Amino acid sequence: MTEMLSYDFMQRALLAAVLVGITAPAVGIYLVQRRQALMGDGMGHVAMTGVGLGFIFQTSPVWMAVLVCVLGAVTMELVRSRGNQRGDIALAMLFYGGMACGKLLVSLSAQAGAGSLESYLWGSILTVAPGDLAVIAALGAVVVAVTVGLRRQLFAICQDEDFARVTGVPVRVLNLLLAVMAAVTVTVAMRVVGLLLVSALMVVPVVAAQQLTRSFAATQAASIGLGVVVSLAGVTGSYHLNVPSGPAIVLLAIAVFAVFSVIAAPLARRRHRAGAGAGAEPGPRVCDVEIPSPTSPGTTTPERGAGLAQ
Amino acid sequence: MTDPIPLAPAVRLRDAVASRGGRPVLRGIDLTVRPGEVVALLGANGSGKSTTVKAVIGSVPLEHGTLDLFGTPYRSFRAWHRIGYVPQRTTAASGVPATVREVVSTGRLAQHRLLPFRRKDRAAVDAALDAVGMLDRAGDGVADLSGGQQQRVLIARALVGSPELLIMDEPMAGVDAASQQVLADTLRAEVDRGAAVLLVLHELGPLEPLIDRAVVLRDGCVAHDGPPVPNTGLHALPGHDHVHPHADLTPPRLLA
Repeated sequence: MTEMLSYDFMQRALLAAVLVGITAPAVGIYLVQRRQALMGDGMGHVAMTGVGLGFIFQTSPVWMAVLVCVLGAVTMELVRSRGNQRGDIALAMLFYGGMACGKLLVSLSAQAGAGSLESYLWGSILTVAPGDLAVIAALGAVVVAVTVGLRRQLFAICQDEDFARVTGVPVRVLNLLLAVMAAVTVTVAMRVVGLLLVSALMVVPVVAAQQLTRSFAATQAASIGLGVVVSLAGVTGSYHLNVPSGPAIVLLAIAVFAVFSVIAAPLARRRHRAGAGAGAEPGPRVCDVEIPSPTSPGTTTPERGAGLAQ
Repeated sequence: MTDPIPLAPAVRLRDAVASRGGRPVLRGIDLTVRPGEVVALLGANGSGKSTTVKAVIGSVPLEHGTLDLFGTPYRSFRAWHRIGYVPQRTTAASGVPATVREVVSTGRLAQHRLLPFRRKDRAAVDAALDAVGMLDRAGDGVADLSGGQQQRVLIARALVGSPELLIMDEPMAGVDAASQQVLADTLRAEVDRGAAVLLVLHELGPLEPLIDRAVVLRDGCVAHDGPPVPNTGLHALPGHDHVHPHADLTPPRLLA
């Protein structure tokens, strides 16, 4: 362990892993809440075009990816908010177009080589430079400040957009802000887990945590904790086993999800029993559904019948 | 923001035209809800009831016509704390678990805005949960509740800001008898407090004694605006959606 920590590149890798482990689930929870768990994946595809542009113009692929990914995310949000029935097709065009365009641009660029795009697709945490770390830290701080600081507002728009609008929350602005935060996260996490696996770190810690939680606040806290743990463990494991860090982190997260979902059922049952009192029959604590008596149909008022039939 | 005119109508929708997915749904609706008034919006499925409500809260844009809330044009209306909204319930649950308290707390956003959630906000959430008889379930996940209980949670969420106007879309739909009684009692308490209510209903049902005026929609137009017809629900009013074997063969939608 001390030997691993004595290397500068491993120190940077572990620090980057912690930052991404915090950031990705902090944003991802809102995508999961809105049942858009695969949105991060699409943004990863779009970001490939940014990486390609960075190669072509010989500028930083990370900043280009941030730019393109933010544009892509804003487009996705506009498609979503318009509720267009063919919205999924528009998104498909965007995702595949982004991926194809990225590969094409990279192959046209001077740096075209076997490993050049590869490191962005699967991550290359061991090559994180001090400058990269500063960028990751700064962007991560912004993302965490927004997603934790505006938790009540973002929770409201993802829970029930129409209701949030009636509380005077600037729904459109917050939706765009969330999309931009997700795009920034994708590009921040790109160096650690790679564009193809970015979405996993945004989604899997959240769904793993929610196997055991009942509240949103607890889910957010637990998923950030889980994100940090699996990222650190994944990087450490990849150092010792000499395997790539991105897949190690993601498989670890999925393993945690599997374990949590196995222990979730008995845990929920015990919680239920504790609430109902020791020795009580498992089952609902309160029966509040009144079934109209079939023997006396005349007592069922027509309006009540109509209400129940809805 | 204060009212330009004291006691301006809570809702004033004039000549509202709106469409959804390219299909015209509202063809010139006039709807006024005065302070303290309880108005039921009735009509067959597809008559434009829900769209009218969504136009009132601004989530369906008007192509033509005007909307004033408390005497202020919609565009400059900011006093959202005066309105409580209960959407048509599909489910109160989302992709991530949330407790009853967390969902109801979103109803205080108009009050505390970007400031932290304070003790008085918490007290308001407790009071609203108590009003619908759900205070003992505050820490439970909304996904674990029955349909009727979820509806009670959504109503508590709308009540938590003590609104002057309550807008409810089919609050009785799919609600068990016990919850229907709680909802009727809660609504009565709100009306006694002086709140105006705009209700979308399929039938007048148990809420009938509370209703001052019924507006019946048919094919996106107002077909009736006046006192509710007692003890009959929709059946005596134009536009009821009973399908009889001898019904008009042309679906009304195609007449447009």
